[in-house]
Amino acid sequence: MLNDFSSALRPALVLTVLFALLLGIAYPLALTGVGQLVFPRQANGSLLRDGGGRVIGSDLIGQSFTAPGYFHGRPSAAGTGYDASASSGSNLGPASQVLADRVTQDLATLRGEQAGKVAPDQVTASASGLDPHISPEAALFQAPRVARARGLPVARVTALVGEHREGRLLGVLGEPRVNVLELNQALDSMAGTGAQARP
Amino acid sequence: MTVQGWILILLYTALLIAIAKPMGMWLFALYEGRATPLHRVLGPVERGFYRLSGIDPQAEQGWRKYALHMLVFQLALLLFTYAILRLQAVLPLNPRGLAGIGADGAMNTAISFTTNTNWQWYSGEVALSNFSQMIGLTIHNFLSAATGIAVAFALFRGFARRETATVGNFWADCTRVTLYLLLPACVIYALFLIASGVPQTLASSIDATTLEGAKQTIALGPVASQEAIKMLGTNGGGFFNANSAHPFENPTALTNLVQMLSIFALGAGLAWCFGKAVGNTRQGWAILAAMMVLFLAGAGVTYWQEAAGTSLFHQLGIAGGNLEGKEVRFGIAASALFSVITTAASCGAVNAMHDSFTPLGGMIPMINMQLGEVVVGGVGAGIYGFLLFATLAVFVAGLMVGRTPEYVGKKIEAKEVKLAVLAIAVLPLCILGFTALSAVLPAGLAGPLNKGPHGFSEILYAFASGTGNNGSAFAGLTAGTPFYNGLLSVAMWIGRFFMIVPVLAIAGSLAAKKYTPETAGSFPTTGPLWVGLLVAVILIVGGLTFLPSLALGPIADHLAMISGQLF
Repeated sequence: MLNDFSSALRPALVLTVLFALLLGIAYPLALTGVGQLVFPRQANGSLLRDGGGRVIGSDLIGQSFTAPGYFHGRPSAAGTGYDASASSGSNLGPASQVLADRVTQDLATLRGEQAGKVAPDQVTASASGLDPHISPEAALFQAPRVARARGLPVARVTALVGEHREGRLLGVLGEPRVNVLELNQALDSMAGTGAQARP
Repeated sequence: MTVQGWILILLYTALLIAIAKPMGMWLFALYEGRATPLHRVLGPVERGFYRLSGIDPQAEQGWRKYALHMLVFQLALLLFTYAILRLQAVLPLNPRGLAGIGADGAMNTAISFTTNTNWQWYSGEVALSNFSQMIGLTIHNFLSAATGIAVAFALFRGFARRETATVGNFWADCTRVTLYLLLPACVIYALFLIASGVPQTLASSIDATTLEGAKQTIALGPVASQEAIKMLGTNGGGFFNANSAHPFENPTALTNLVQMLSIFALGAGLAWCFGKAVGNTRQGWAILAAMMVLFLAGAGVTYWQEAAGTSLFHQLGIAGGNLEGKEVRFGIAASALFSVITTAASCGAVNAMHDSFTPLGGMIPMINMQLGEVVVGGVGAGIYGFLLFATLAVFVAGLMVGRTPEYVGKKIEAKEVKLAVLAIAVLPLCILGFTALSAVLPAGLAGPLNKGPHGFSEILYAFASGTGNNGSAFAGLTAGTPFYNGLLSVAMWIGRFFMIVPVLAIAGSLAAKKYTPETAGSFPTTGPLWVGLLVAVILIVGGLTFLPSLALGPIADHLAMISGQLF
């Protein structure tokens, strides 16, 4: 038994070092090299830039919107809201008083600004707290408010939502959705409206 | 529930069954030690590793030596990661100047990744440098998976070999699986993930100025390389706190489907490989059939419950399913399906927050883990856990017909049954024992976020996850305390190695036995009767023990919810 134990020491120690070099250093570094070369945009976080080249966010990461002239994302439990260095869900259970209070308050705000049917994703926190999407229903609910704030016809805003609607892949995978940041960026770049509505 | 939701579940099952055989054939080549096309490229690496570490890959080991060498290797890896985490502050690739991890936390994480659990008390993007993630954790994701497969191979050899004293060579099994399967598969997988939007960079964050003019710090890192093995090796430890719900880990519905497939891929392949190893692939398909029965039943219940939604939202006028803690791009069906897959395997990655599931929807993941994650299961761990139940099932069948039980040509006798029961008994002892302890001690009661029965569910889930080496959580639980770090470390260690050592002992005992040819009197272990018996034994032996604890947690939670009570 003792003999078996000591015969294991060299392979255990040497293989730990060798595998650490191969799997812990060579493998991620090689992939970083190839990724940066072949898919530089994705490998660096699918960043979006404004006209001046300034990073305004990532395609994949939701951000906080509060101005009435922007579409709003879902409630977020990441940090103080959409903190992309502290992803988190609310972890509140289905019979939680805290959850009930939060939803009641959010509903009151939403129903105060707009009549219509509130979509479930508008009052539920996402799993990551960084969900970049809302449902098309949630976007259409907000269209009149956005149009009002920007002095645009509702039909034009609604049409923009339609243009940004993403469907299911192959008709099965995923759910219909709208990327909030891309939609808001498109709003800003609609001629003559951006400057006026920017907060 | 939607048509698309059901199509997704069926499509997933069909794809899984389609990849079981090709995956199994590849595994079978490694099981036999045959050359694969990759040997031309990686053969020199393998031989170099053996030479430097003084390994003779042809040297066969008895089960005791196999187990001991496996344990020494695990210990070396564990101490390695412990040191990396403790010394984080002075190691490279730490531009944010993160401090070293405390003793209890580092020990918990080192054990967690060594045991293929990947329970995470910390938030990856907050607490760990890129160096710690790459070197300290990724290496375990490969080697804990390879170790699981090695142990499964040893058990297969126990069934397949006749009157032999040895079960293989641990070092050769572990090295071959890593070099010829996990590493090349992960390179391709990671490239697919990068192309789909998963970052792969050495930068740890970038600052953005949002449209509203605020500053948003976006955490980045070498995510794709870790993500690939995290899923394929059923590890489940996320780069980010939100795991596969984070858009950088799992950006699209397509990556989500691939991630779900990669959780089960090796487990399904191993079931086929087992059949091939014992000379009858129908044995493997029978196992896979029993697994699929349990899997589809679980997926159906969780999808149904999540799509039905919660009373709280319905009363507030929000109709439809439960979207709290779920991402819009996945929706309810893909979130429910993912939760069942990740807990049926010992993966533990999540694409939705299980803590916010409906009570019964969240109960299925819990049951999956309590059963020992034998429904496809973790790589290696799933199939050897399942074979323990198969041993019990033939024993039960033998008792009923009054014959010595046999399985795939080997007589199952008192020794094997005792060892199987020993391994299976670890689950209730650890899960229920530690849950009970935590539910009475102040340090335990300080953990739960939610009040009422859901708080109890958070504790029960944690120990089911730790003991089952799953790693997912009802994440409201504040687990980063010395109390939970300590107890969960013990649970993870016991859940892994008090299972593996008896399994290897069974392997040794079986390998020494004569081959017993099948006769007209043998109980058939391929048809629907056998599949039904397997399912029943797993549910009764594995599941019934936990029914009282489920009544106190999710079932009480459900009754409270439908009566409109809030906590």
